[in-house]
Amino acid sequence: MDAQRITFLVGAVVGVPVVLVLYIVVTDWLIRRLPPAQHGRVRPWLWVGPALLLVTGFLIYPGIATAWISLLTNDGKSFVGFANFGHVLADHSVLIAIRNNVLWLVFYTGLVLVFGLILAVMADRVPYEGAIKSLIFMPMAISFVAAGLIWSFMYQYQPNLAGVHQTGTLNAVWVNLLHQQPIAWVIDERVNNFALIFAAVWVWTGFSMVITSAALKGIPPELTEAARVDGATELQVFFRITVPLLAPTLTVIGTTLVIFALKAFDIIYVMTNGLYNTDVMARRMYGEMFTSQNYANSAAIAMLLLLAVVPVLIFNLRRFQFQEAIR
Amino acid sequence: MSVVPVAAPPIAETRVVAEAKEPRRFTFGSLPLHIALILLTVIWIVPTLGLLVSSFRPGFLVNRTGWWTAFSPPFQFTLQNYSDVLQSNNLFASFLNSLTIAIPATVIPIAIAAFAAYAFAWMRFPFRNALFLLLVGLLAVPLQVTLIPVLSAFKVLQLNGSFLGIWLAHTGYGLPFAIYLLRNFFGSLPNDLFESASIDGAGPVTMFFRLVLPLSVPALASLAIFQFLWTWNDLLVALVYLGGDPAVAPMTVTVANLVGSLGQSYELLTAAAFVSMALPLVVFLAMQRYFVRGMTAGAVKG
Repeated sequence: MDAQRITFLVGAVVGVPVVLVLYIVVTDWLIRRLPPAQHGRVRPWLWVGPALLLVTGFLIYPGIATAWISLLTNDGKSFVGFANFGHVLADHSVLIAIRNNVLWLVFYTGLVLVFGLILAVMADRVPYEGAIKSLIFMPMAISFVAAGLIWSFMYQYQPNLAGVHQTGTLNAVWVNLLHQQPIAWVIDERVNNFALIFAAVWVWTGFSMVITSAALKGIPPELTEAARVDGATELQVFFRITVPLLAPTLTVIGTTLVIFALKAFDIIYVMTNGLYNTDVMARRMYGEMFTSQNYANSAAIAMLLLLAVVPVLIFNLRRFQFQEAIR
Repeated sequence: MSVVPVAAPPIAETRVVAEAKEPRRFTFGSLPLHIALILLTVIWIVPTLGLLVSSFRPGFLVNRTGWWTAFSPPFQFTLQNYSDVLQSNNLFASFLNSLTIAIPATVIPIAIAAFAAYAFAWMRFPFRNALFLLLVGLLAVPLQVTLIPVLSAFKVLQLNGSFLGIWLAHTGYGLPFAIYLLRNFFGSLPNDLFESASIDGAGPVTMFFRLVLPLSVPALASLAIFQFLWTWNDLLVALVYLGGDPAVAPMTVTVANLVGSLGQSYELLTAAAFVSMALPLVVFLAMQRYFVRGMTAGAVKG
C-alpha cells in the first residue's frame, strides 16, 4: 500500500510539471501554424485560458450556484426567497455563532495587531532582533490543527484534588503560582471563546509583527529624532509619529486578519467542534452541510459570510485601483 | 488564500527598500525592555516546547505530571510514542498523502498562474483590466461559498475522494493570489529585455522560460512556500472533498481525527502533531527569507 503511494507520488511529482510545460509548448506550436495575423489575437487566451477556466469553475460559478441554492428548499425543488435566511437567523445557536465571529473579529484582529506592533517596536531596539522575530514567527508554519492540539494541551484541566497535578501549563501557573482554582479553559463559557481566539493570536502574531517591522524600518529616522530633539517622550513619539505612519500598513494587515476571523474554522473544529457555545459561522456551515445534510441552510450561512466580507472586498478593489493609478 | 497580502508592489522594489535601511539604533540601556521582550518570546515558545517534550515522555507520566517535570530527575524519555503513532495510526500513509496532495497542489497553481500572469503583464487582449480586477475581487471571497456546488460537481464527475480533484480545487482557490503576486512581479521586469529578446528572434515561449522565469525566482519561491504551507496545513478543503476516507486523508485530517479517537492520550497526540509539523517547519526555516519577503511585499508601502 505504501509502495503504491510512493509510486503515485513520484509519478505525480514528475508527471504534473511535464503536462504543464507540454500544454504551453504544444499550444504555442499550434498557434504558429495559424496565419500570422491571428497570432496576437489567439495567443493571450491560451496563456490565461487555464487560469480563467479554473477560477470560473472553482470560485465564480460555485459562488453564484451557492447564492441560488440559498434561495431554494433543501431538496432544491422550489424557490423560497429569503426563507432560509430567516430560518437560519431565527436559530439561537446560529446567533451564538455570529456573536462568536464578532468576538473573533474584534479580539483576534485587535490582539494580533497590537501584539505585532508592540513586538515589532520592541524588537527594533535590540541587537538580537532576528532571533526574536524567527521564534515569534515560527507558529505561522504549522497547521491550525497542530496549533489547536498544542493549545488544548496548554489548557488541560485537572480537578484540584490532593495528589493530582495540573498537567496543563496554564492551569499549573494559575493554581501553583497564583493560587487560584483551576479553570476548564476550553469548556468554561466565561473564558472559552477567548481561549480559542488566543490560540489563533499565537499563530498569527508573527505575521503581523514581521510586516509591521518591515514598515517600521521604512520610517525615516529624522522624523523620530526631530521629535525627540523637540522634547517628545518615547510614548509621544510612539503614538504621535510611529503609529500614524504605520497606519496604512496596519490597515492592510487588518483586512487580512478580518477575512481570517470571519472564516475561522480549523481551531474551533479541533478544540471544541463548536460545543460549549464556541461555534462560529464557518464551522456551523460545515455542520449544516455534513451533519445535518441541510444544503439550503448551509448555503444561506455561506452567503452571510460573503456578505460580511463585502466591505473588505470593496476596500481591496479601491486600494488596487489607487495603486494602478500611481503605478 | 490563507495569507492574503492585499496589494503587492513589485517584490524587487521592496527588497531594495529593505536593504537600504538606516543604521539601527542600539540602546542597551533599558533593562525592562530586554526583560519584557525575552519574557514575551519565552511565552511564545513554551506551547511548542511543551508539545515537543511531551511527545518524548512515557504515556503514564504525560497524563499525571506536567511536561516541565521532565527536566528534573529521573529523566525519563522514550521514542515509543513515535513508533506507536507511525505504525498503528495510519500516520506514515497520511504523511505520503499530504506530500501527494501538497506538491502538485503547489506546482499546478504556480505554473498556471505564471502563464496567466505573463499574459496579463505583457500581452494585449480585450477585457484584460476587467478580468484582472475580477481576480482582485476574488482575493477576499471566502472559499466556504464554493463548497456545496463544487462537491456536487465532484460527485457527478467522480472526483470526490481523488487526488486530482483536490489538486484542482487547491489550484482554483490559490490562483487569484498567485496571479496577482506574479503579475505585479512580471510587470516590473524592464521592457528593454523583452524588446531585445524579440529582436533576437525569441518567441513568447522562449522568453517565458529563458527570461521571465529565471528572473522571477524570488517571487516564485515565496509563492511556492505560501502555497505549499497552505495546502499542507489545509484541513477544510481536504475534509470536504476527500470525504474522510482514511486511504487518501492527509496529516491534518488524520491528526484531527486522532484528537477525537485518542482523547486524552496526549503522549500520542503530541507525537502525531509533531510529525505533522516537522516538514513545514523545515521548509519554513530553510526558506524563511523568501517567505518573509513575499509577505512584506504585500503590505508594506501604502
